Amino acid sequence: MADVITRLDPTSRAAARGFSDMTIRNLFIIPTIVFLIVFNVFPLIYSLWTAFTDYRASTAAAANFVGLANFRELLSDPDIWRNFTITAKYVVITVTGQVIVGFGLAMLLNRKIPLKGLITTLLLLPMMLSPAVVGLFWKLLYDPSFGIINYFLGLGKFEWLAQPQMALWAVALVDIWMWSPFVMLLSLAGLSAVPKHLYEAAEIDRAGPFYTFFRITLPLVAPILMIAIIFRTMEAFKTFDHAYILSTQPTTELIAIRLYKMAFLEWQTGMSSAFAYIVLIVVVAITNIYVKYLNKAKAR
Amino acid sequence: MAEVKTKGEVIVNRAAIVAVMLALVVMLTPILWITATAFKPRNLATTVPPTVMFEPTLSPFAKLFTKRSQLREPVEQEVYDAAPWWEQLVFDGGEQVVRNKKTGEATPSGFGGRYLNSLIVSIVSTVLAVSMGTITAYGFSRFRVPGEQDWLFFILSTRMLPPIVVAIPMFLMYRAVGLYDTHIGLIILYTAFNLSFAVWIMKGFIDEIPREYEEAALVDGYTRLQAFFKIVLPEALTGIAATAVFCFITAWNEYAFALMMTSRNAQTAPPYIPSQVGSGLSDWTVIASGTFLFLLPVAIFTFLLRNHLLRGMSFGAIRK
Repeated sequence: MADVITRLDPTSRAAARGFSDMTIRNLFIIPTIVFLIVFNVFPLIYSLWTAFTDYRASTAAAANFVGLANFRELLSDPDIWRNFTITAKYVVITVTGQVIVGFGLAMLLNRKIPLKGLITTLLLLPMMLSPAVVGLFWKLLYDPSFGIINYFLGLGKFEWLAQPQMALWAVALVDIWMWSPFVMLLSLAGLSAVPKHLYEAAEIDRAGPFYTFFRITLPLVAPILMIAIIFRTMEAFKTFDHAYILSTQPTTELIAIRLYKMAFLEWQTGMSSAFAYIVLIVVVAITNIYVKYLNKAKAR
Repeated sequence: MAEVKTKGEVIVNRAAIVAVMLALVVMLTPILWITATAFKPRNLATTVPPTVMFEPTLSPFAKLFTKRSQLREPVEQEVYDAAPWWEQLVFDGGEQVVRNKKTGEATPSGFGGRYLNSLIVSIVSTVLAVSMGTITAYGFSRFRVPGEQDWLFFILSTRMLPPIVVAIPMFLMYRAVGLYDTHIGLIILYTAFNLSFAVWIMKGFIDEIPREYEEAALVDGYTRLQAFFKIVLPEALTGIAATAVFCFITAWNEYAFALMMTSRNAQTAPPYIPSQVGSGLSDWTVIASGTFLFLLPVAIFTFLLRNHLLRGMSFGAIRK
């Protein structure tokens, strides 16, 4: 019998008419679990099998079991390691940028400002938009001949996306533009939760602004900021949409883009399943850390 | 923050307001620019220096929805006057509508259908995810579930899976059962994706509803189901609405699954709009008008949702 908050009196009329609490609990929960298992876990089990084969979805040839060959080939392929390096660089650039811009904006907004609510909502707009479509219209902004970025910065015909050295930064800048508002949103929540009396006490003690910031503001916002950082790290690691649309250079080939090309353009189904599993292990590891912090924040 | 007192603090405060305004301009320029481009005549879209002041026209929107070809020479005044307003707009854009040779009917472009697909897939998957999510959240909120934390972690972890990792086996399975490039196929994927989110957010909302309400109802002779439908659901309505809007936006914006799991029939707008850049003459005003129509619902929803954004973006962990 499920241990519920209010047990129905088993002899009451209501108990006789309705389902038992345990039936309702099962009816409410099990379909969702089954649905997620069928459409998320089962496919992963299926691809675990294909990861050990040389299957190609573009041909009718049957899959041959090849053992660990796919994994061996992937892990010894310098190109794959290059994809990982690019992605790591991308994660560091975007998350750092987002924390600086997002936290900076939150510090600026954390005071009496006319129309603060409206301004905050407007600043949050970029993170709600479709990343693919955002990537598309940044293409217009980045255009070397008529893009407004070159015009306003006076850069002439600067090739943002076609220069191997610059392209990753250009793609990262779009990510920073989109997701700094997210860091700002969480930081604002953290800042508004700092008790005012701490600042008053600091003022009485004649603490300087730097001391106040590093000893009061930052430590108290840190837990929420950490959630933002881990979440963005995880998402940046998976980045596909806008990067795929903006990417023209091998230097911007993030893991997700490589994986997509391997699976759906080169049709190396078996190999890409193995690759997907390597990616999955990294994602699950970051997710674990993330959920730990989420629960910590909830407990507060 | 502490009340502004000294002269120095007044200056700091003013400087902060100026900085915020500057940031606002920088952050919004990309969105404003694509919006402006959507209303420009084609010859002003890619000028150097950029055209800021112009007479807005709806001709990019007329071109967006029709299949058309370049006008060789200006159209005759009589033909122009006899044409319906949307065709006149296409003429204004220097192009003509492609008509079926037999029936004489105008040929629509692919955009309308893709936009409709986006609506169908997003709405249906949202309804499914939110209704399943709400009852599951209630189950987790009110009853003791063995291994509750583990199940909740499992549910959240499905959300964190990279779409491409799921898409490879799903593609093979969908191809085998004929769900590739169907609305149902995409709806299932989006429902699964949003379901975990809906459970987490709705659990937060339902946790906040005092249990005493239901207990009172149960004492009054309601069954558990009646108490759920008549007491809990009405109380959770704001939460349900906010969750639904979040799910809708997620499905509406989704690109990777749509790119890999559809090609024509069920293709949604996000993979379609970028594919138009490379095809033939790339007309930025038309792409911008499609982008504008696609982003507009999300912008409106963001304003409706403004008080729930924090909660939604943190999976219900931070509630302010």
